[in-house]
Amino acid sequence: MDIVKMWQVFWEKFSNPDTLKIVFGTGLINTLLIAVLGLLIGIVIGTLIATVKVMPKYKLLPRVLDKICSVYVGFFRGTPIVVQLLLTYYVLLPLCGVSFGSLNTAILVFGLNSGAYVSEIMRGGILSVDSGQMEAGRAVGLSYSTTMMKIVVPQAVKNILPTLGNELIALVKDTSVVSFIAVVDLYKTFQEIGNRTYEYLMPYLFMALIYIVLVALISLGIKWMERSLRKSDRRN
Amino acid sequence: MSFLKVNHLEKHFGPTRVLEDINFELEKGQVLVIIGSSGSGKTTLLRCLNFLETANQGSFSVGDEILFDAEQTYTDKQIREKRLKFGLVFQSFNLFPQYTVRQNITLAPKLMLKEKQLTAEQRKESLAQIEQKADELLESVGLKDRQDFYPCQLSGGQQQRVAIARALAMSPEILCFDEPTSALDPELTGEVLRVIQSLKGGDRTMIVVTHEMGFARDVADRVIFMADGVIEEEGTPDEVFGNPKSEKTRAFLAGVH
Ligand SMILES: Nc1ncnc2c1ncn2[C@@H]1O[C@H](COP(=O)(O)OP(=O)(O)OP(=O)(O)O)[C@@H](O)[C@H]1O
Ligand SMILES: [Mg+2]
Repeated sequence: MDIVKMWQVFWEKFSNPDTLKIVFGTGLINTLLIAVLGLLIGIVIGTLIATVKVMPKYKLLPRVLDKICSVYVGFFRGTPIVVQLLLTYYVLLPLCGVSFGSLNTAILVFGLNSGAYVSEIMRGGILSVDSGQMEAGRAVGLSYSTTMMKIVVPQAVKNILPTLGNELIALVKDTSVVSFIAVVDLYKTFQEIGNRTYEYLMPYLFMALIYIVLVALISLGIKWMERSLRKSDRRN
Repeated sequence: MSFLKVNHLEKHFGPTRVLEDINFELEKGQVLVIIGSSGSGKTTLLRCLNFLETANQGSFSVGDEILFDAEQTYTDKQIREKRLKFGLVFQSFNLFPQYTVRQNITLAPKLMLKEKQLTAEQRKESLAQIEQKADELLESVGLKDRQDFYPCQLSGGQQQRVAIARALAMSPEILCFDEPTSALDPELTGEVLRVIQSLKGGDRTMIVVTHEMGFARDVADRVIFMADGVIEEEGTPDEVFGNPKSEKTRAFLAGVH
């Protein structure tokens, strides 16, 4: 088949309203859902882990929590996300006797996974906040955790927003493995087109283009955010 | 009877002895000024009183309550209660940048209110009191018109005045200042010193660490000169500034002027 023919075959299938609906209505939406919700869950988990990591370690409880967090981070950073998906979907959840739906499982696993990465980013962010902030909070009588959540973490988040944007980019691309547990994501929908037309070059090229556009849009968002943050720093 | 009593306080970081056998007393409503060269342990002393450091030896009491005794261990909750007896104004202000001037002052009182078991009626009343107190404090440090600004929109002197109001919002028994004007341009120190001066009087007890000797002499009821972690000399401003007994004090004062 020559290129023109390939394109015609692809386009005929792709521009069909039913295909468009499944590509953008299901595939793209699922990809974004998993990445964005995964990141949000990751931020919550990552913040908790980071708080434990920077806690003073005089007492037993923080030391135990610290060990637990290290194991957690070690597991999720040390194994491929496909393995985590398969383990959770085909082994862990059935063992526990819960069925959760493949999309929800994907969101959960991506959240747990990104929690491990965000915890490192967040830890750096917290350490970048002047220690005088914690002392000032403690000096006016606030508890460690309140000072952390109301005073230190908001400043840390501001410092790491651009890095969190990069984490979102990584997540968007990583979602392409969720078809292993039968979630219909962007990748799956284009693979389907290939299966129907027995021609994979055009579908995969076009899919790559969509990922590139997605990533470019997120990068633009990060740039815009960085610029407005810099502006708010310049006020003094 | 003295209001604040510090007995045999000692602090070391590993092998470095930073405070050795610190003893002094202060009456209610008095202003104590602590002077001394860099590294003599002034900041560490204030941090021990504010429970930001734990002294290794000794004790101190406020009123008839023993606040700290190195022989005892305290829970985090006890420490939080105890440190409210003291307020601390930092050299580097340490205002919360993401909150406005007014929020910086009301944040801690409001968060503390949340921890208390109160009826809706009581809560409303307490909130109104917090806001009213904030109004008074803003008035007294002369920043009523800046209450909705963010810290980064203020001059250093204004920021330090907010920090003073923030410390006062918790109604501490003793307000401590750690070189409150050292981070300021010379032309801004006056406004902060005037605010501190204006706070003196009535029942307000203060401890001020400063290198501003003129101000120290004006505002102090008692003066302590520290050198190498010990109290080298203590007395009234006239005694310490006018007629220092210790050779070290004389050398220090000669160096500063
Ligand atoms: N966390 C710490 N760990 C180790 N040493 C410390 C620590 N904090 C203070 N020191 C040491 O304790 C000594 C006293 O320090 P401190 O800050 O109390 O002095 P200071 O009188 O406030 O000096 P300055 O006028 O420069 O503020 C110094 O030698 C300092 O190096
Ligand atoms: Mg100091």
